[in-house]
Amino acid sequence: MITAPPPVEVEKNYINAEHGLKSWLLTQDHKLIALLYLISVTAFFFIGGLFAVFIRLQLATPTGAMFDSNTYNKVFTMHGIIMVFFFLIPSIPATLGNFLIPLMVGAKDLAFPRINLLSWYIYIAGGLFTLWVLFNGGVDTGWTFYTPFSSSYSNGYVIAAGLGIFINGFSSILTGLNFIVTIHRMRAPGLTWFRLPLFVWAHYATSVIMILGTPVIAVTLFLLVLERGLHIGFFDPAYGGDPVLFQHLFWFYSHPAVYIMILPSMGVVSEVISTFCSKKPFGYTFIAFSSVAIAVFGFLVWGHHLFVSSQSVYAGMVFSVLSYIVAIPSAIKVFNWTATMYKGSVRLTTPMLYSLGFIGLFTIGGLTGLFLACLGMDVHLTDTYFVIAHFHYVMVGGAIMGYLAGVHFWWPKMFGRMYPEGWSKLSAVIIFVGFNLTFFPQFILGYMGMPRRYAAYPAEFQVLNVLSSAGASILGLGYLIPFVYLIWSLKYGKPAGPNPWGATGLEWQTASPPPTENFEITPVVTTEAYEYSTEEVVHVG
Amino acid sequence: MDSNIVVAEHAQAAHRAVRHHFESAEQQRDASTVGMWVFLVTEIMFFGGLFLAYFAYRHAYPTAFASASNKTDLWIGAANTTVLICSSLTMALAVHCAATSKRMLLVVFLCLTLVLGSVFLGVKGYQYHDKWVHHEIPGQNFHCEGCADATHTPLFFSLYFGMTGLHATHMIVGVGILLVLIFQSWQGRFDAAWHTPIENFGLYWHFVDIIWIFLFPLLYLIDRSGKGLS
Amino acid sequence: MAAHDAHGHSEVGAHTQEAHIVPKRVYFLVFIALIILTWVTALVSRIDMGPWNIFVALFIAIIKASLVVFFFMHVWYGTRLTKMIVASGLFWLILLLFITMADLWTRNWMGVPGR
Repeated sequence: MITAPPPVEVEKNYINAEHGLKSWLLTQDHKLIALLYLISVTAFFFIGGLFAVFIRLQLATPTGAMFDSNTYNKVFTMHGIIMVFFFLIPSIPATLGNFLIPLMVGAKDLAFPRINLLSWYIYIAGGLFTLWVLFNGGVDTGWTFYTPFSSSYSNGYVIAAGLGIFINGFSSILTGLNFIVTIHRMRAPGLTWFRLPLFVWAHYATSVIMILGTPVIAVTLFLLVLERGLHIGFFDPAYGGDPVLFQHLFWFYSHPAVYIMILPSMGVVSEVISTFCSKKPFGYTFIAFSSVAIAVFGFLVWGHHLFVSSQSVYAGMVFSVLSYIVAIPSAIKVFNWTATMYKGSVRLTTPMLYSLGFIGLFTIGGLTGLFLACLGMDVHLTDTYFVIAHFHYVMVGGAIMGYLAGVHFWWPKMFGRMYPEGWSKLSAVIIFVGFNLTFFPQFILGYMGMPRRYAAYPAEFQVLNVLSSAGASILGLGYLIPFVYLIWSLKYGKPAGPNPWGATGLEWQTASPPPTENFEITPVVTTEAYEYSTEEVVHVG
Repeated sequence: MDSNIVVAEHAQAAHRAVRHHFESAEQQRDASTVGMWVFLVTEIMFFGGLFLAYFAYRHAYPTAFASASNKTDLWIGAANTTVLICSSLTMALAVHCAATSKRMLLVVFLCLTLVLGSVFLGVKGYQYHDKWVHHEIPGQNFHCEGCADATHTPLFFSLYFGMTGLHATHMIVGVGILLVLIFQSWQGRFDAAWHTPIENFGLYWHFVDIIWIFLFPLLYLIDRSGKGLS
Repeated sequence: MAAHDAHGHSEVGAHTQEAHIVPKRVYFLVFIALIILTWVTALVSRIDMGPWNIFVALFIAIIKASLVVFFFMHVWYGTRLTKMIVASGLFWLILLLFITMADLWTRNWMGVPGR
């Protein structure tokens, strides 16, 4: 069914307000900056994905089909660094958050537009730096940079990679800073904290983690660079230092960083589920506060990464118990989403499919996290594929599913076009199937004792590894399909009205795509969030 | 975003214009104050990692820290702390002058802050040079005359250089910003109605001062009685 | 935590920057206190108090830092939000320091070398 796109009357919006490369590269409009991020984040996603392809190809046979051990070390390291620091952490906040937070709070822009643009340039600088490392031989430390291997023995470009991540950290800090100030100080009249969309609450919690955690990884990498570059010892026992201290500092950021990845996805899912059930989310305040609780508790549990290091056993016990506590706010969210759907008129649109996938996969990822939080159990499972499967269920099954749900949900708002519904649903299903086929076998592999980060494995593990590699190719296909049809939709998609999903929320009250100033008149909010029954949500004036 | 219009606005009303996305000057000012404080929180955590390393190793190797700390010059340290506190006073007074539209006094106090900050950095440089002469820089032919626990003594100096070095870097950045602010103050850019850059820079400068207030006792004042540990 | 955070003050207008002017006298008093405390801490460090030296030194440093934060940095006169931001920064710093130190403090309890 090929129909010529109906002629759209060309309205002034943020995309066509100005033309030329300069108008993009020097823009201070949060929506254009969000698009810049969207493009660059997608590029890094595919680069990181390429390394994932290499990993799965290598592991298709027990002896390793492609690389020697050294090269394989570099491959999984670059996969980790790029996916964690250059895709997952900026993914939702810098694209959807950047685009939507001013719209959702009824502001014309983020509080500091120039800082927002600066954060993108910093991100690009850090990213290029890291890519430069990649083309010059790479790093082989794993994304965790454990000392003393990283500081004294590794042959890779540790200093350069560390600097790339250090630089990139500032972009994350600036984004978080901008969000916090915007949410505190730029809300439209009448928009109280408890009328904010849950997406905004989730981003507030995320920003808190970005602000408080990122500087610690920055200083840790700074010390690592001093130790490696100038032999000013901090962590290497040869200099009298304590490698466990590095792990403490590293995980003080990197554990909460997992919540930087998952919290925004939870925000997206809260929006999507409420919209496609046309119901107020069950227990709004619980969902809102559970985001904040995750941000706070998330900072108390990092020691569970150190159970098999020489960390004190007593500290380990406390960290184990605290890790269980994080499950409570996470579970509250899952229960509330489920309760929202109960007796709702559920519409199975593409964003909803992704959100349902999110709930299932995140639940598996979260519950297996409890296995690992258990002090005794972790001794058996640590550094096995069980851990890999666990955090991919959270980061890919959780964070990326949420990201895709969000992209599909707000795509019509961002570009004013609908994407083909059939293709998008198909790809959602393909991703779900491919994902489970890739990572579920890894739980079993890990439980059977296959260690992570090895280029070869005993022959009895081959069947499960081949299953996993097969799943990865399905998953890869699943990611390519949206890439194609979303670009296609930019030109040929059906025009979307201001509110194609019948959602509440201020962002749906303005045109699609929104005008540069977001709202013609600053909106005044007089009702609670998610009032589906009320006819008039916003009184303009 | 219609940057042309904004640029034009800037040309007309210079700094004074409320940027287009704010409702009022109050909201704009408030936002930048909150933003500055949030930035300072990131700085707290940034230095926090170093403080953690300090406490961890001081706890583990008290003897090494005690004898190494005695290698620093207590009186130069105290004098330099005094210099830095003086610069904080002049900075506070500079903010006061900006808030009361006293242009000349503002320039004078900013210049005084600049001078005091530079004196601090100069003394710090002298101390670094001294450490270099005595081979007390870890990794560079390190040798500590009469230090107990030779294995762990370098850790103290690593932290000494890490912490004071990062602090000095912040000072150098501050001096750079001060030069710009002095120039802008001379041009009369700041007055009671708008002096946010002066105010925010003041917060930054005082923060750097606070870091030093902790560094001084932690690095210079361990076991000065000479009998506690060793 | 209400809407007036965002827009309630707009009518105050251009004079708002004068709202927080601290009398110069306060600055000088704080300055004198800081100088005195600096030399007190330097001199006190020469008295042998065993393990208490570090606590005295840190106590004085905390007083000095509080003086700077409250008066030079105007937090005393600041909004509730500013106070909250400062407090949360300190809270997280304490989390970082104390939780990690809790590991180091208890590491030798097992009596096994290396644990």
